[in-house]
Amino acid sequence: MIITKQKKIGDILNSIGEGPVFIAGCNECATICHTGGEKEVLEMKDTLNEKGIEVTGWTVLEPACHLLNDKRILRKYENEVNKVKKILVLACGNGVQTLSEIFEEIDIVSGTDTLFLGEIKHTNEFEKRCDMCGDCVTDLFGGLCPVSRCPKGMLNGPCGGSTDGKCEVDRDMPCVWNMIYNRLKNKGELNQLKEIRGPKDWSKATEWKRGT
Amino acid sequence: MSCRGNLKQILSDGKFAITAEVGPPKGSDPSKIIQKGEILRGHVDAFNVTDNQTAVVRMSSMAACCILQKMDLEPVMQITCRDRNRIALQSDVLGASAVGIKNILCLTGDHQSFGNHPEAKGVYDIDSIQLVQMIKNMRDSGIFQSGDKILYKNPDVFIGAAANPFADPFEFRVDRLEKKIKAGANFIQTQSVFNVNKFNIWMDEVRSRGIDKKVHILAGVTPLKSLKMTNRMRFHVPGVDIPDEIAKKMENAEDPKEEGFDIALELINEIKKIKGIHGLHITALFWEDIIPSIVREADLLPRP
Repeated sequence: MIITKQKKIGDILNSIGEGPVFIAGCNECATICHTGGEKEVLEMKDTLNEKGIEVTGWTVLEPACHLLNDKRILRKYENEVNKVKKILVLACGNGVQTLSEIFEEIDIVSGTDTLFLGEIKHTNEFEKRCDMCGDCVTDLFGGLCPVSRCPKGMLNGPCGGSTDGKCEVDRDMPCVWNMIYNRLKNKGELNQLKEIRGPKDWSKATEWKRGT
Repeated sequence: MSCRGNLKQILSDGKFAITAEVGPPKGSDPSKIIQKGEILRGHVDAFNVTDNQTAVVRMSSMAACCILQKMDLEPVMQITCRDRNRIALQSDVLGASAVGIKNILCLTGDHQSFGNHPEAKGVYDIDSIQLVQMIKNMRDSGIFQSGDKILYKNPDVFIGAAANPFADPFEFRVDRLEKKIKAGANFIQTQSVFNVNKFNIWMDEVRSRGIDKKVHILAGVTPLKSLKMTNRMRFHVPGVDIPDEIAKKMENAEDPKEEGFDIALELINEIKKIKGIHGLHITALFWEDIIPSIVREADLLPRP
């Protein structure tokens, strides 16, 4: 799941400046994160109206990152979109740019900050799980990822700041290396951690395209 | 490996070595580092020059090392993975060797969130163990991380790494030390020791695996200057273990500086007795001028 959070309304209003505006949400990640589902889109519409900004229309894309679906859905809103100077996108950074690709003449404004690829723990509670490094190494670490979950991305064991199972950078955050250690210890596989793991091949994280 | 530094020589001769940490100034005034060097001259064998410690911007480690070298003092250049990727790290290793720096201590580095630029992007392209291995391969095999060949002289450096016997998971700490040695560390400087019992448990395991025969271990010592500093280290510096007994002594002290000095001496006397310890690494935060009397009182003069 791509985790987003809504920008502060003041920042959104600054970016919009003046209307009219069309609002586009997303029916997948942003809906589950409660940042760009129908409910949040309608709330945003009300907020903008209260601030005197005209909203000509709105939709929830299925999902916003799908170029062809977006084109198909937005065709139905041609009149509403033709009247606006700005489209406010309540989706992830990908959704924002898919709309930028479709509308070259209209300013696209992001209403969210995209945070990470993470897990839904409870409603409105998310935790980072993946950095999309292009070279998954979780099999070496008991199925846990030190690349994304250790603030120093350490591959050869915990730094000196692991205390009582917590990370020095955030005392509320479990030290993933402590978790890896305990997991492998329970499985009797601590030998895995004695191997020196070499530097990661970060060129795999800079792939920009995949197709058939 | 042919580097002929003072520190390497002392350790290879089986003598007890002393290193001290000198933090470069938060500014470009070289006299700050010169003063610290002069105060410590003749009392320590090599000077650890920190690399933007606690992620606070300071004069670069390499520049401060050069200033000390001009004074005929031997630096240990600390280098962290926080601010440089493998390209910049290797470039600095070549540069350091070119200007005659003989010792490099490899660290992952304090996280940028603790420093004076918490907004900075941390690099962490590689970790400290990978850095040790990378420098070893540059020195001994003449190859860069990528496998590309070094063309004009391999860097000639004595490679150091840090160890924290007090962090968690405690049972993994000797394994991690062993990895650093397997990667190529020649000497180890530990986190400051206050809890001698825990340090002894760690050292027992170190000796039982024969690690003390493969690497030179320098135990960290930090004189406590005040109760405020004691509490800050105790509660806010991750990976530091100050037992209640020492904290209480500092609390009840009439003169905290004198008490801190006495505690440091007691710790040194305990540490000197531990088999497999090859020296001390003294970190006197904002209190470098106390180091000469500590070394003298601990009966560690004259230096070799």
